Amino acid sequence: MATETTNRQEDFTYRLWRYDGQPGELIPLLQSAQDHFGYIPRRAISYIASVTGIPESEVYGVITFYSQFRLRPMGKYVIRACAGTACHVSGASSILDAIQDELGVESGETTEDGLFTLTSVACLGCCSLAPVVMVNDETFGRLTPASVRKVVKEIARRGDKQ
Amino acid sequence: MVMKRILVGMGTCGLSAGAQKVYDRLEELADEGTAEVELSRTGCIGMCYREPLVEVREGESRIIYGDVDAELAEQIYRTHVLGDEEVSDSVVYRQEGPDGEIGGSESSYHILQKRIVLRNCGTIDPESIKEYESAGGYQALRKALEDMTSEEIIDEVKASGLRGRGGAGFPTGLKWSFAAANEADTKYVVCNADEGDPGAFMDRSVLEGDPHSVLEGMIICARAIGADQGYIYCRAEYPLAIRRLNVAIAAAREKGYLGEDILGSGIDFDIRIKQGAGAFVCGEETALFASIEGRRGMPRLRPPFPAEKGLWGKPTNNNNVETYANVPWILTRGADEYAKIGTEKSKGTKVFALAGKVRRGGLAEVPMGTTIRELVFDVGGGIKQGRDFKAVQIGGPSGGCIPEELADIPVDFESIPETGAIMGSGGLVVMDDTTCMVEIARFFLDFTQKESCGKCTFCRIGTLRMLEILERLTKGEGEPEDMEKLSRLGEQIKQSSLCGLGQTAPNPVLTTMRYFEDEYRAHIEEDRCPAGSCLALVDFHIDPEKCVGCTLCAKSCPVEAISGEPKEPHEIDNSVCVRCGKCISSCNFDAIYKS
Repeated sequence: MATETTNRQEDFTYRLWRYDGQPGELIPLLQSAQDHFGYIPRRAISYIASVTGIPESEVYGVITFYSQFRLRPMGKYVIRACAGTACHVSGASSILDAIQDELGVESGETTEDGLFTLTSVACLGCCSLAPVVMVNDETFGRLTPASVRKVVKEIARRGDKQ
Repeated sequence: MVMKRILVGMGTCGLSAGAQKVYDRLEELADEGTAEVELSRTGCIGMCYREPLVEVREGESRIIYGDVDAELAEQIYRTHVLGDEEVSDSVVYRQEGPDGEIGGSESSYHILQKRIVLRNCGTIDPESIKEYESAGGYQALRKALEDMTSEEIIDEVKASGLRGRGGAGFPTGLKWSFAAANEADTKYVVCNADEGDPGAFMDRSVLEGDPHSVLEGMIICARAIGADQGYIYCRAEYPLAIRRLNVAIAAAREKGYLGEDILGSGIDFDIRIKQGAGAFVCGEETALFASIEGRRGMPRLRPPFPAEKGLWGKPTNNNNVETYANVPWILTRGADEYAKIGTEKSKGTKVFALAGKVRRGGLAEVPMGTTIRELVFDVGGGIKQGRDFKAVQIGGPSGGCIPEELADIPVDFESIPETGAIMGSGGLVVMDDTTCMVEIARFFLDFTQKESCGKCTFCRIGTLRMLEILERLTKGEGEPEDMEKLSRLGEQIKQSSLCGLGQTAPNPVLTTMRYFEDEYRAHIEEDRCPAGSCLALVDFHIDPEKCVGCTLCAKSCPVEAISGEPKEPHEIDNSVCVRCGKCISSCNFDAIYKS
């Protein structure tokens, strides 16, 4: 575990070292930081600010503007419940309620065991499969409150074993 | 004998429906080596509602199967590919050659369609530049570089009548001529692929299914305006589109279509991808430029327009994915051919993403001027479960609502604004009699309110005040003056906002109030939701046929409104019920319903 963390940090440092001074690289740098850490830790903001010369306050301003960036670690499984139009008219809110109830967390929160983070997103673009939920890279469509509970339970079982 | 080809639709929609398993199974079968067959993947064919789709092609004849799983894939392989016999029950589309007869259970989905933008989607392997070239790809670029001057290209685009497909419909050729006229050491070509409207997936399908058509359109534009660097600003939520774009850009560089001295013409042009980071307002061009520059994506006042001062303060041409994808077709087939399609002032086709309560949800490209009714009934196959067609929401959260009685108006840049809605980028969400129009207006406003960047007061605070009113209405707490307040605020926000987000945010509210005034009044005056959708205003019931008496709902109810013996159907006392909806989400048998 320790070596994995070190490796990721080295990767990220390498990207920073490669920074070619091009304006407009701030967002890609933040994206790579998030890829490596799973979120953007405080020290990454300091690193990026010192290398690019962009004030920390401005870096922070950019982070908080975009919904993709996270300042806290995420769970092992990130559940993205679609709240797009097609899903909404097909009952997305009762799907979200069912997941919230199953996990005992609200949208935007992470379970205590660190297994799940639940978020609500604007549109996943699989409208014909509405209502849809994505768990990491896997998509589940045509859900009902009952079937989404099964999905969550199944993943929780899978997650416990690993 | 002609070798058979098997194509598996592997866009995001196909993959979500399980296309990977189907592909893996077919690959195993093909590896057995019993037949000479070529297996490849392709983009979205449009029939998202029947995914996963598998096509068997023999020469010019195409047969497409729908709802394919691993088992059916094997049957198709053994019966059709090896045995030359169709699995006729599952054929959704059949075409004998390019002009041949069309058949199959879903053939009516295609009859009204005219595929220009989607010409290659679902027929070629998007990761193969060779297949794009064999389909006539990069011929338009050769023509633009070898036989045409910059003015001739712009004149051709002008003559085609092509207008921006991002929503506003500005004439594309005219836009190019502005950027071409401004002298500068550097100019940019930007492609807006930040398709943020919930319910829209046209651009994603083009990027996933035919990325080279967008690249070719951009390179032609660069040649026309004299640009040397291009950017594609793509949503981070479209990982597959980004991957396929990267593959396409690398292949185009290798073939000399991108980079220095393109095809020996002396022209240099390259394209970089910029990933968005999740902000709807970045679909607005000045906000998009700010985001590419690495800043908070906030819009600025225009003028100066991008053609004068755009990205990094340099002359810039910005169009969306669909607009660029039209360009190669126009140059190859000629502006006259293009101008024959569509209406007097809106030429060509428009791609729509059909979703919501329509039977056939998917992607459809129709000539401009097709009516909404044709789109919903002829292409979309009507409403799910035979319910009544109520309205469509066109153009996402900035568009507006068009009711059933206006469904015979043609879809073009002139007719749609007359209804109070806007054309928008092409999302078409169909609603039936169970959709509450007050609630849907609240839903869209909730979206734009959260996505407001906060720069303009009316957009930031005005939309919030409107949202608060709508939230009260859906809870049955409306006041007599609410409708008047909503329309006054709505008009003020439209007039006082800097960018398109604020200028269009009130549209869903204003159009639903215009066409569904009775429904608003029922919420305000009678505390009643005619569609039976607003939780606070409906009764809850348990279907005794589905209920198994597991008692979960009774346990989840915070006010003990549910009673019944274990293993017997339960009942809800609506005089006690507080309408929190907890029972619905707790039920494992989907036995609880509203009325």
